[in-house]
Amino acid sequence: MTDMKLMQGNEACAAGAVAAGVRFFGGYPITPSTEIAETMAKILPSVGGCFVQMEDEIGGMGVVLGASLAGKKVLTATSGPGFSLKQELIGYAACAEIPVVIVNVQRVGPSTGQPTSPAQGDVMQARWGTHGDHPMIALSPWTVRETFDAAVMAVNYAERFRTPVILLMDEIVGHLRENVQLPAAENIDIYPRRCPSKTRLQGYEPYAPEADLVPNPADFGTGYRIHVTGLVHDYTGFPSGSPAVTEEFIDRLHKKILLAQDEITHYDEFFMDDAEYAVVSYGGVARTAYEAVRQARAKGIKAGMIRLMTIWPFADKVIRRNAESLKGILVPELNYGQLKYEVERAAGGKCPVKLLAKYNTEIFVPGEILEGIEALKGGRL
Amino acid sequence: MKERTYEKYFRQNRLPHIWCPGCGNGIAMKAIVQAVEMRGLPRDKTIIVSGIGCSSRASGYMDFDTLHTAHGRAIPFATGIKLANPELNVIVITGDGDCTAIGGNHFIHGARRNIDLTVVLFNNTIYGMTGGQASPMTPLHKKATTAPYGSVDRPFDACNLAQAAGASYVARSTAFHVQHMTDMIAEGISCRGFAFIETVVQCPTAYGRKNKMPDPAEMMKWMRDNAVMKTAWDRMPEEKKADKFPIGVFHRHQAVEYTEAYSEVITLAQEGGK
Ligand SMILES: Cc1ncc(C[n+]2csc(CCOP(=O)(O)OP(=O)(O)O)c2C)c(N)n1
Ligand code: SF4
Ligand SMILES: [Mg+2]
Repeated sequence: MTDMKLMQGNEACAAGAVAAGVRFFGGYPITPSTEIAETMAKILPSVGGCFVQMEDEIGGMGVVLGASLAGKKVLTATSGPGFSLKQELIGYAACAEIPVVIVNVQRVGPSTGQPTSPAQGDVMQARWGTHGDHPMIALSPWTVRETFDAAVMAVNYAERFRTPVILLMDEIVGHLRENVQLPAAENIDIYPRRCPSKTRLQGYEPYAPEADLVPNPADFGTGYRIHVTGLVHDYTGFPSGSPAVTEEFIDRLHKKILLAQDEITHYDEFFMDDAEYAVVSYGGVARTAYEAVRQARAKGIKAGMIRLMTIWPFADKVIRRNAESLKGILVPELNYGQLKYEVERAAGGKCPVKLLAKYNTEIFVPGEILEGIEALKGGRL
Repeated sequence: MKERTYEKYFRQNRLPHIWCPGCGNGIAMKAIVQAVEMRGLPRDKTIIVSGIGCSSRASGYMDFDTLHTAHGRAIPFATGIKLANPELNVIVITGDGDCTAIGGNHFIHGARRNIDLTVVLFNNTIYGMTGGQASPMTPLHKKATTAPYGSVDRPFDACNLAQAAGASYVARSTAFHVQHMTDMIAEGISCRGFAFIETVVQCPTAYGRKNKMPDPAEMMKWMRDNAVMKTAWDRMPEEKKADKFPIGVFHRHQAVEYTEAYSEVITLAQEGGK
């Protein structure tokens, strides 16, 4: 462990990314994510990396994808309006299987919305923002320390699955300052990018999947002369119009994540052993929810909490397992209701799932969520 | 007959290409590989990046590491490749729509940064791939499916744009002037900085047919008759310029190249300096 230090969530995000091996950042400034770019501008050149401020978020996304193809681990960071602009190339990364981490520090939308206020309004955009069928990994940390870990994890998953990974932060955690103790470098697990297992002469195919269904396209400049495209392609990497190739391709994109779903679904369960009511929460809101659940317990209510760190793929199993024995679930969200519907789907009718929505720029206070739990118990929600 | 040494630069198993008979794209693609050969670029350290369009399909036929990006975004991807590994030679292939419409912002900012890319714009003055809509380089009063009465949008001069934005090298040629085109591209490759070469290519299908010039040979004769070498152009009386246009090198200005500038940032940061 290293020394304790006071750190902001956005700074922890940058530090985690660099610790995981990120050596390239491209982006465009936007509140409340800007400190990530500013921190990267400062740190990256000192470790021999590169920071570039692009002309817009689309350029920011393109430049990191180019750098990733040339062998660097890469990061870009933004918020609502910029996240919307990045969507086309997030899909490009999914299709061409380019490792990349996109941080979205959520603020109130739609449009320019409330630039300095927290929200969780991009949960569905993180999943479905780019067009077409594609899988998605999104992580939503709740503390400054976990933001560091989530950044490391996001980079590792991007590299391992060769897919875009979204670090879905919010303004609460992004701008929060906490005392943290970061792990020593030797205690951080880093996933090294895989190298081609065959030479060109041995019939190397850049998009042929390995056993985990993830392919190994060679980095540019290493002598493999590969072709990378956003058109549907076969194992050679060249476009194919075949229905069979297209179907297998879309299947494989999904299955490579599905195979590892349990391993990459991270969550905490608090006071759930004998719980009759549960709060399902994520991101900065989970901090308030945790306090509310403790207060409910102090009042003798058998309340518990499931805190989701992995938002996508959705934690179906833990919700279903708990729903069996619960009398009700409350989902507080800083939006008009987004993840609530996933919780409801996963609960499969085993218990009622109620939304506590807030979208007026203010964060929840524990009393509001406590009232929600009491109302849920009293059948008033 | 001269040996066709350039053929080794193509992925023979990907040919024949998808372009229409008489399309000018193949001429420009061949000029690029000949320029690569002239400059002796190591093939495994040369990356071809393209956008989306008929012209941008060229990357798939060229036997290098090749990247077929999204519409308009070739320059940001290329910038990332070059910054990540400055020893790579990066050549961008783009269309008039790809480069000056949807990618226009990236184009001027690439030139402004003066990053060491060689950008070759295949200018057929139309959106070929999508069937003939007007582009920002369609000449005034010419017809397109989205300008059925003739275009009233004033066209860009992409060379002037590149020069004003800060490119180190700016040139134009045409598919008729094959050797000249190859030389223009080769000099662009040698330039350390943002090099921009516009090459006029014929699109008989989506442009010619709508503008009373459906025969590719006629389109090339039009290039022969209307392209004027820069030196002659500069001496030409204004009233004679009308439909004519200049070709040749318009601009050479060696400014600091971006990856070199950034390597100084790295040195400064590592010295812990201000
Ligand atoms: C974001 C986006 N918008 C629109 C298109 C459709 N589209 C594909 S190619 C093209 C125009 C290409 O024109 P140009 O760049 O001049 O290339 P050409 O086909 O003429 O060589 C358009 C509009 C697209 N692929 N992506
Ligand atoms: S439509 Fe035009 S640019 Fe496209 S291949 Fe045909 S001739 Fe060439
Ligand atoms: Mg065109």
